[in-house]
Amino acid sequence: MIDYNSKINDSIKSVKPSGIRKFFDIVNEMDNVISLSIGEPDFKTPWHIRKAGIDSLEMGRTWYTPNRGFAELCKEISNYMLRKCDLTYDPKSEVLVTVGGSEAIDVAIRCLVGKGDEVLIPQPSFVCYEPLTIMSGATPVIIETKIENNFRLTVDDIKDKITDKTRLLILPFPNNPTGAIMEKEDLEAISKLVIEHDLMVLSDEIYSELTYGGKTHVSVATIEGMKERTIVINGFSKSFAMTGWRLGFACGPKEIVAMMTKLHQFGIMSAPTTAQYAAIEALKNGDDDIVYMRDQYDMRRRLVVGSLNKMGLTCFEPKGAFYCFPCIKSTGLTSEEFCTKLLHSKHVALVPGSAFGECGEGFVRLSYSYSLKHLKKALTLIEEFLKEL
Amino acid sequence: MDKLLKLLSENSNYTTAQLALMLNEPEDYIKAQIKEYEDSGIIRGYQAMVNWDNVPDAGVMAIIELKVTPQKEKGFDEVAEKVMMFDEVSSVYLMAGGYDLALIVKGETIQDVSAFVAKKLSALEGIVSTATHFMLKRYKEGSVALVDVEEPTDRREMIL
Repeated sequence: MIDYNSKINDSIKSVKPSGIRKFFDIVNEMDNVISLSIGEPDFKTPWHIRKAGIDSLEMGRTWYTPNRGFAELCKEISNYMLRKCDLTYDPKSEVLVTVGGSEAIDVAIRCLVGKGDEVLIPQPSFVCYEPLTIMSGATPVIIETKIENNFRLTVDDIKDKITDKTRLLILPFPNNPTGAIMEKEDLEAISKLVIEHDLMVLSDEIYSELTYGGKTHVSVATIEGMKERTIVINGFSKSFAMTGWRLGFACGPKEIVAMMTKLHQFGIMSAPTTAQYAAIEALKNGDDDIVYMRDQYDMRRRLVVGSLNKMGLTCFEPKGAFYCFPCIKSTGLTSEEFCTKLLHSKHVALVPGSAFGECGEGFVRLSYSYSLKHLKKALTLIEEFLKEL
Repeated sequence: MDKLLKLLSENSNYTTAQLALMLNEPEDYIKAQIKEYEDSGIIRGYQAMVNWDNVPDAGVMAIIELKVTPQKEKGFDEVAEKVMMFDEVSSVYLMAGGYDLALIVKGETIQDVSAFVAKKLSALEGIVSTATHFMLKRYKEGSVALVDVEEPTDRREMIL
């Protein structure tokens, strides 16, 4: 009998499986669940983008691409970063095309930190930063963002957490699950601290196109002195509704992008070819699609946030992404109890806030990336549920 | 396009409070706007979108192409206005192309529709010819899908 436990890498073993797996097992087994739990656009990829992928297949263009991605795509990404963020990246040396934003995050973390290093991770946030940090051998240091600060990251939140081992700060804004954004002043304050302590920043800007109420996304790399210490990560999944195509990218200093490309080259070879053809079309002719989808999300956002507040679930106004993060403390239930009860009694699935870090306890995440019809139905059921509590 | 009209045309079942939230306007404004649309005849009514294919004994539907001799002064309007008075006719459109008017006609049976075409429609002055196409199956009406397209059932519930 082989003792597999002794065969497995200790750092992989030390990553805890998601605590709310149990909850999702129930969701998956139930029929007729009205889910507001999935974090991906409900839109189909715009037709002209799909068509570009189809055309490339019809032409038989099914080979590997260069490791860092097609030169044309890197050029378009560079143009996009200039057009949208006012940032200049050399397409030949400062851009890497990856398998989704997720691969870019993984590769960046592994390039920047290792054993003995500490990584500052704000929470509530997307679930991958902490496990990826642990698997790289480094130590995650969790920073709790607070509702009283509109879930923004403040200098006060960070400064006591910095030690002489701190190497990297993760900046996940616009934020999943809170919907918080960081404005220029917020970023300037943090940047001062980052520069003072000679840290690097991994800025996960995958929701950069989805900001509301006249607030446009500001990249931390635009703050003076920050471009040279920031890896900006973005992708096509959320902005162009291209989750299944698995395509993202990273932009940063050429020395670091070269190292990331090395890891990517040996682990992945190159990002999917068909997806890269589609992405070129998306960046060339897709800006209007983004505007259309953002307007639709915004309408849903106002409906959901307004309705939740009316029914007594206090909801901080999310300014980005497509989630809202209502506080459920008034019900006296924990996040998981709330979601489990709601699921059993009304068949509506939300995600317990605790899935995004301990400090998410007392909140639930509701994705409004669903049709208005679906949202309306779910909101009616949530209201009924609250009345029956 | 007017966003309020677009929302109502997709689903007239929204409360004015919901419309107000979505459009970021005061509820009173939404109420007034709807009233104005109703008064001016832009909004002509509110209907449920029924999938008649799933309703037993719902009858049959046909699209009828009409070729028409335009009448003095009123052109095609005269025939169109006469045709639309029949209860059997649910839609009438003036078309560009190979024929002039397109009608959607409902009846209990194929024989009903045939009798309507032969006895009532063809008898009208100005109608040159008719071509009747019976509908076999509905897939989409008024932007609403009437069939459920099969999707993979393991569309994952995961934390993203």
